[in-house]
Amino acid sequence: MTHLSGTAIDEARASGRAALIGYLPVGYPDVATSVAAAKELVAGGADVIELGLPYTDPLMDGPVIQHAVDAALRAGTRTRDVLSAVEQVAGTGVPALVMSYWNPVDRYGVRRFARDLASVGGAGVITPDLIPDEGEDWLSASDDAGIERIFLVAPSSTPERLRTTAAACRGWVYAASTMGVTGVRTSVGTGAADLVSRTRAAGAGRVCVGLGVSTRAQAAEVASFADGVIVGSAFVRALTGASDRGAALRAVRDLAEDLAAGVREGRPA
Amino acid sequence: MTAPTGVASFASARGPYFGRFGGRFVPEALVAALDELEAEYARAVADPGFAAELAGLHTTYSGRPSILTEVRRFAGHAGGARVLLKREDLNHTGSHKINNVLGQALLTVRMGKTRVIAETGAGQHGVATATAAALLGLECVVYMGEEDTRRQALNVARMRLLGAEVVPVTAGSRTLKDAMNEAMRDWVTTVGNTHYLIGTVAGPHPFPTMVRDFQKIIGEEARRQVLDLTGRLPDVVAACVGGGSNAIGIFHAFLDDPEVEIVGLEAGGEGISTGRHASSIGGGASGVLHGSRTFVLQDEDGQTVESHSISAGLDYPGVGPEHAWLHETGRVRYESVTDAEAMDAFRLLCRTEGIIPAIESSHALAGALREGRRIGPDGVVLVNLSGRGDKDVDTAAQYFGLVPASPDGGTQAGERTEGERNDR
Repeated sequence: MTHLSGTAIDEARASGRAALIGYLPVGYPDVATSVAAAKELVAGGADVIELGLPYTDPLMDGPVIQHAVDAALRAGTRTRDVLSAVEQVAGTGVPALVMSYWNPVDRYGVRRFARDLASVGGAGVITPDLIPDEGEDWLSASDDAGIERIFLVAPSSTPERLRTTAAACRGWVYAASTMGVTGVRTSVGTGAADLVSRTRAAGAGRVCVGLGVSTRAQAAEVASFADGVIVGSAFVRALTGASDRGAALRAVRDLAEDLAAGVREGRPA
Repeated sequence: MTAPTGVASFASARGPYFGRFGGRFVPEALVAALDELEAEYARAVADPGFAAELAGLHTTYSGRPSILTEVRRFAGHAGGARVLLKREDLNHTGSHKINNVLGQALLTVRMGKTRVIAETGAGQHGVATATAAALLGLECVVYMGEEDTRRQALNVARMRLLGAEVVPVTAGSRTLKDAMNEAMRDWVTTVGNTHYLIGTVAGPHPFPTMVRDFQKIIGEEARRQVLDLTGRLPDVVAACVGGGSNAIGIFHAFLDDPEVEIVGLEAGGEGISTGRHASSIGGGASGVLHGSRTFVLQDEDGQTVESHSISAGLDYPGVGPEHAWLHETGRVRYESVTDAEAMDAFRLLCRTEGIIPAIESSHALAGALREGRRIGPDGVVLVNLSGRGDKDVDTAAQYFGLVPASPDGGTQAGERTEGERNDR
């Protein structure tokens, strides 16, 4: 039985804290290392793993992730590598989601992707450039496959859109902390807490916050008002900055441990 | 040909969907801005003052209506058919781009926004946007692939002279599509005070419909002009198709004239069979790119494939969703023209008519030669001459070996290399 990320978030909540959700793109710097790094995230205390499907036109991503997915594609990473990575990471018992721009899923076949992802134990898909309005086939395919579908909300979302998006999500709602793209920032947008409370008021059961979180203090801050803290670019940067493979994996694990401590310092709502 | 079931006529289609194409495949963060734009555009369309202001700029600033030129010597090579050029090259800033830019710049002011951003390939849309921004007192940032900024240094200088900031984009393939990605990233961050002035009929709704509406004046004028000149409608209307704004502009007024054949000419690069082309309809597959469902050059994993064309303005791996629909319904015939065919037509127009066309528009001219030979001496072919070739003089001079090879990759004709493709 696939472990769903919503369940992992509930388990964290039951122990009085927010969940830590860690992102890494598959194939950076190579497929095997990216899988090993994802397992370090698990070992370091991440509750949910988000595996990025590299795409040529990542328009919601800042320079750190752009560089990584570009390198992953140049190294020949394929959609099937992502499914294989999901299978290996899900094998640890921690839920593994795929983060993918829509065209690779569309090209693979929406129904087929949902089915194949479920069959390798994947928990679901986060879709940064698919809004529920355009996702009719995805709604039914993910329902049929029994997997999660995570749509995003943003500070600019109207109450009406928060309602429809929250209703369309299955698992949790991804709240973008700020108007912008992924990347390490010195502070998390002040609008994040407000967006989380507006999203909850619109009917969302679980709301996790991403974009710009990189430090233990930021994780603690976000954990004080959200159900989950999503960290991506900081992990990629840890991989990039290391001198060799061993150091890279250690750096990822160290950061995961630090952030896992952070989410235990915040006071969940 | 009649319109498909559920559509009153081809010309009445207005998004967000054109058949199964179009839509809004964008981050949620942009939805509010797209809604605002759609609402403001609807108010502007209903406001006679907006139409009057835009019409005033057309007549006193950009030079509309553009004239129709019959090219008899050129037509001698087109099977004797009459060939009529719609002269968008004579507009202020040298192409049809200004038609759309003025409309969207006025909308920007109406929305109370103070900054516009744009993507550009060769620089035509960037120059037009910088021009309108200067005219209306808007801050302007233009994203351009790093490679293009180097090869199109003069257009970069033009934009800077007009007060715009030009940002070289170093991400991905460093081409037009990456400039568009970067503009989207800027917009997600700055959407409160910034309008993204998209230059073609691609992107999320309402851009394909709105840009089409701002460009359809080309066909409306041309239809009247051809009737006045010849007493009848043309047999064929031809235009080049990259994103497709000049094409939809001249096609639109003829979509519901079943006796008029409409032909879109995509950039065939070195030939579709070589894989090095920019024919999204001829060689792509249905997918999602830059906010809409359309035909996309992509591999079996849905990764965007880099396009190839001697013409920077056509060097784009997607196409407007309305074109995808017009292809699928069969109303418009889309064909490819190779670099070599386009350059032959380029030289022919220069030497027979004293008009140096944009290399983009030369693809349409090559299509007109084909169509003229097909329909013969009694036929009338209307061609959208979408832009002038000033920006292409260096590329053409290198191509035809009229100047020594440039140090940054251009070579003499006959020994073309990978580098020359980028010599825009």
